[in-house]
Formats: sequence, C-alpha cells, structure tokens
Amino acid sequence: MSERSAQPPHIDQPPPSVGVVGEPQVAMQVDESLELAYDSGLELKARSQWGYAARRFLRHRLAMGSLVVLLFLCIVAIFADFFAPYAFDEPDFLSITLPPTTENNHFFGTDFLGRDSLSRIIYGLRTSLWVALVVSLLATVIGTTIGAISGYFGGWVDNGLMRLTDLVLTLPGLAVLLTISVYVGQGEPMRVAVILALLFWTGFARIVRGTFLSLREKEFVEAAKASGAGDTRIILRHILPNAVGPIIVNATLIVAGAILVEAALSFLGFGVQPPNPALGVLINEGQSEGLKFWWLVTFPGLVIVLIALCINFIGDGLRDALDPTQRRVRG
Amino acid sequence: MAEPLLSVRDLAVEFSTEDGVVHAVNGISYDVYPGEVLGVVGESGSGKSVGVMSLLGLIPQPPGKITGGEAIFDGRDLLKMPKKQLRRLRGDDVAMVFQDPMTSLNPVLRVGAQLGEAISTHRPQMKRADVKARVISLLELVGVPNPEARYSQYPHEFSGGMRQRAMIAMAIANEPKLLIADEPTTALDVTIQAQVIEVLKAAQEETHAATILITHDLGLVAELCDRVAVMYAGRIVEMGDIYTIFAEPRHPYTVGLMQSLPRLAAHNEWLRPITGQPPSLLNMPPGCAFHPRCFLSQGRLPCRTDVPELRAIGDRAHLTRCHYAEELHGSGAATTAAAVEEGVT
Repeated sequence: MSERSAQPPHIDQPPPSVGVVGEPQVAMQVDESLELAYDSGLELKARSQWGYAARRFLRHRLAMGSLVVLLFLCIVAIFADFFAPYAFDEPDFLSITLPPTTENNHFFGTDFLGRDSLSRIIYGLRTSLWVALVVSLLATVIGTTIGAISGYFGGWVDNGLMRLTDLVLTLPGLAVLLTISVYVGQGEPMRVAVILALLFWTGFARIVRGTFLSLREKEFVEAAKASGAGDTRIILRHILPNAVGPIIVNATLIVAGAILVEAALSFLGFGVQPPNPALGVLINEGQSEGLKFWWLVTFPGLVIVLIALCINFIGDGLRDALDPTQRRVRG
Repeated sequence: MAEPLLSVRDLAVEFSTEDGVVHAVNGISYDVYPGEVLGVVGESGSGKSVGVMSLLGLIPQPPGKITGGEAIFDGRDLLKMPKKQLRRLRGDDVAMVFQDPMTSLNPVLRVGAQLGEAISTHRPQMKRADVKARVISLLELVGVPNPEARYSQYPHEFSGGMRQRAMIAMAIANEPKLLIADEPTTALDVTIQAQVIEVLKAAQEETHAATILITHDLGLVAELCDRVAVMYAGRIVEMGDIYTIFAEPRHPYTVGLMQSLPRLAAHNEWLRPITGQPPSLLNMPPGCAFHPRCFLSQGRLPCRTDVPELRAIGDRAHLTRCHYAEELHGSGAATTAAAVEEGVT
C-alpha cells in the first residue's frame, strides 16, 4: 500500500531498541510503534473490555471478600445434605428449645419441636437463595426485553410499554403480593419467585431503556444499519453487549432485594410455607414467643443481613468495574 | 456517457422541529455514473449529508420526512423501496464510510468480527473460514499492518487512522456499486488524513465503485473527485466537472469558497471570507438564499424575489443557480486555476 512508502524509512531497518520510552522515533507515531513492537515480537497483549473489568473487580477488596463469603454460603446451601448435621424436619422431643450449644452439634440451638436450628437455616438458605436467583433471572429477562424494545423503537411502543411499567411500579407491592398469593396459592417456592419477578422487573426495564436510548444514537449503530444489519441483530449484537454493565449490576442487586422481600413475605406468612424452611419462615416461627428464644430469630436474621450485604457489596464492585468512566486503578 | 448508476430527481427532505419545519433539502437532482467520484461540498447545515443519507433511509423518521422526489438506483426507486429490500441493499450494493471512526466501530466487538459481520449479513452461505480470510485480505488491502493480529483486536486498540481504514475495509467488503463517504477525514488529523485519502483512492480504484464524497474540504475534492456539486441552504447551487468548477466557478458562493482557501502561490495578505451567516433553514430569505451575502447581487430585485433555476452555462455540463452567472465570467479563473494546479490539500 502507498502507506508504506509514506512512512519514514527507519521502519524497514531492524529496530535498534524497541519500546524504549523516550526513543524519539518510536514515540512519534502510535501506529509505527505498534508495528515495531509486533515486528520485534514484543507482545502487545490484547486485553478486552472484559479483561479490564475483571481486573478492576479483582482489585476491589470489599467486593472480593463479599464474593468469597457469598460463594461459601452458596456452596453450603447447594450441598445442604452434606453440611447440615440434621434433616430440617427431624424432630427430637427430648431436646426442645435448646439454646446454642456444642452438645449434639446444636450450634444454633433447637426449636419448639427439637429440630436443629442450624440445619433449618442451611435448608432455609437454600430455599431463599433459589427463590432470589429465579426472581433475579426472570426479572432480568422480562425487564431487559421490555426496556430494550422500548428504548430501541421509541415512539408509541415506548410510550405503551413505559406506561405499563409505571402502572406496575405504582402498585403497592406488598398488598399486591399478599392478594396474589392468596389467589394463586401459596407455599410453593417457585410460585413465590414468579410472583416476585412479575413485580421486580420495572426498575430494570427503566434502566435498560435509558441505556438503549443513549446507545441507539451511537454512530456504530448507524454504521451497523448502513451495512445492512436488521433491528434484531442491532439490538442483540450491537447494543445489548454495550448495555451489559448496568444489567449485571442490577441483576445482582435484585437478588439482594428479592431475598429481603421474600423473607418479609414469608415472615408475614404469605410466602414460602412450612414445612419448607425459608429464612423468613424461620424468623416467623421463632418470634411467636417474643424474644424468649432469641436464637431462633437472631441467626436466620443475621444470615439474611449477611447475604444482602454481600450482594450489595458485590454489586458496588461490579458497578465500579464495569463503568468505563471509572478508570482508576486501586493499589 | 453511460447510464447513470444513481439518478436523484427533486429530492426534498424536511425535519419537523419545535420551532417549525426545517427544509433541509429543497429539491436536489444529480446523477452518479459508474466509476466516477462525485463530490458534494457545502458548509455545515447545507443539507449535503441529509441529501445522501435520506436515500438509504438513514435519517431518523420522524422527525425527518422525505417529501418528494425519486432516486433511481440500478433501475429501482430507493425512496419507494420496501424497508426490507433497502436494508439488503445497504452494505451490499451501497456502502458507507462514516465521519468519525472513533465512534463508528462497536467498542465491545472485535474488529475482525465486525468486518466479518458486514460480509456474512449479505452472504449467509459463506463459510466462517472464508469470511475470516476475506476480512484479513481486506485489512491488508487498506494498509492495516499485521492484519492477522489486528483481526482479533478491539477497536480501542486501533488508532484513529487505523480505525478509519477498518471502516473503509468494511465499506468495500461486499464490493459495492456505490460508495458513500460522509466526511471521511474530518475527524482525523492532517497527516493521517493524507494516508486515509490514499486508502480511499486505492479502495475506489480496486472496486470501481462510484463514489459520493460528502465533505467541506475543497482540497479533498480537488484530490479525489471527478465532478462536484456545491450545496447551499438545501439546494445544489452549482455543479460541474472539477476543472470547470475550480477554474471557472459560476456561482458567487463557489467563488467565495475558493477565495477563502489559503494558497501558497497567491500572494494575498488576507483570506477573503464570505461575509455574513448561513441562512436559518427555518426562515429562508426570499428569492435566492444566498443573496444577503452575495457580492454579485448588489441588492438587485430578481435576487430578492425569484429563486433562480439550476441552469446550464457554458458548453460543458456545467450547471449554476444564479441569475447573473454570466457576469462572473473570468473573475474567479485567475485565482482558482492556480489552486487546481497546486492540488490544494
């Protein structure tokens, strides 16, 4: 190409000291220095945006710590059969309402039927995490779809979908949840999850819509259009990957929100029903005698707080890592 | 001359805004012949981009609206074509190079993947390996060093010039019949501009694509174009082959443009800018849109009341939209002929 001839002649000579900062020839043009670096085998490692994001996240201590704790809790919950010393519904009428003790491994005490509290918390954790994950997943899918369509197409489509979102948003959440759960039946963790998801997607839709609104005006979208890409392809391949940051962050935060709401719902007796143990159910059962049996209330409560905190910290870390405007590197 | 590849007649585009209807393009007509390079010059807001982009359905509708005209491309009217067909045409028979290469590549996709996509969109049956080979050869063609390594890099690892090369590669990927370059060098610095022009030239010669070059850089026009259309306030005010336009401009606006160019050969102390401001497209002056700024008009009545027609002047295919074009005879020649010879850049 003519570009070759346009370049200074030193490009064809073996580069004497490649990459040395302050070497005036190399510093002159970025392209050339790149070329030089390649020619001499000095590797310029290609690092994707994800590479940068992962690096930033790994350096976020609070988020990493939270991730470790959360992973630990998840593993315990998944392999509950292995970790729990007892089955969650195994009564032992000889050891009713024992306070926390090392005896017989009742570390968190026992409840009114002599069931091991620690085991019930572990199984409850499984239910709660499961519900929260399903809620987050469903809400993400619904919210992203609606937000993407709304933001990309605009006009009356946008108007209609956003009014629908507003409508759902104005519903008094708890009241609706209570009502629905009466009608569709209660107790099934999956049903609770679906109901929650149907209320949780709104914030998501708004965030995704906003992101799409700004991204669809970008020139690379116009360029994609000019090269013949259709709407579906532009949405899925060109805009969505650019919007993934806020989506991940919010999906994470929804997990925390869902755990809290599910606990509240179960506490009120409208969520997961006994004998399925969920963290809210455990607190509800434990508080029937006030705080006389404090361990039945405190430990499930602490676990809820711990999960919610961890997830929120992780969400913060992700936000810092995925936000390209935050280029600061933590030492 | 052969049949025109693209033949635009009386194209009119308007935008409805809060302040009223903006007539961005007011009935422009032009032909593009196979293999030629047509330059469209004019200042910001003269409608040069809209006049071309609207053909491909690339202006936002609403607020934009094509209110009239036709655009025959390869025997079919682009303006009446169903959206789906138009989409298939884009990137295949008609391709574009955009103004700002920094933002025209998707930051989260590898450059190779984006180029490959431009190909596989229109050739779904092509094998992946073939697409990749084609992309690499394209990158090589536009002078991207180390195309294999560059293939799997992300846009942020490309410099501005390299990105614009990649964009050009993307545009010629499907060997278009018509290439539209919308201010391809505006966002680049001067040294890179020169390289990109070379690449564009080479790409055009390689594919024999007819090219519409939208720019406000007269140097670029002198370098690349065969014919020029000068636009002012949504109308073509002068059109002709490049030598005629540069040597004998027959519209006072074109003359003004030429005089405002810095030149090495001319011993002028000062450049002569065109006085005044371009008219608001919301509230166009009656008569000739240029008359408030025109040195030739001197406030004569027809300029203020009648919109001049685009009419032929001289023996060559030279069109002008001025009531008194004849009075310009020879006036610009002395100063502008020199510019052509210098090959203003």
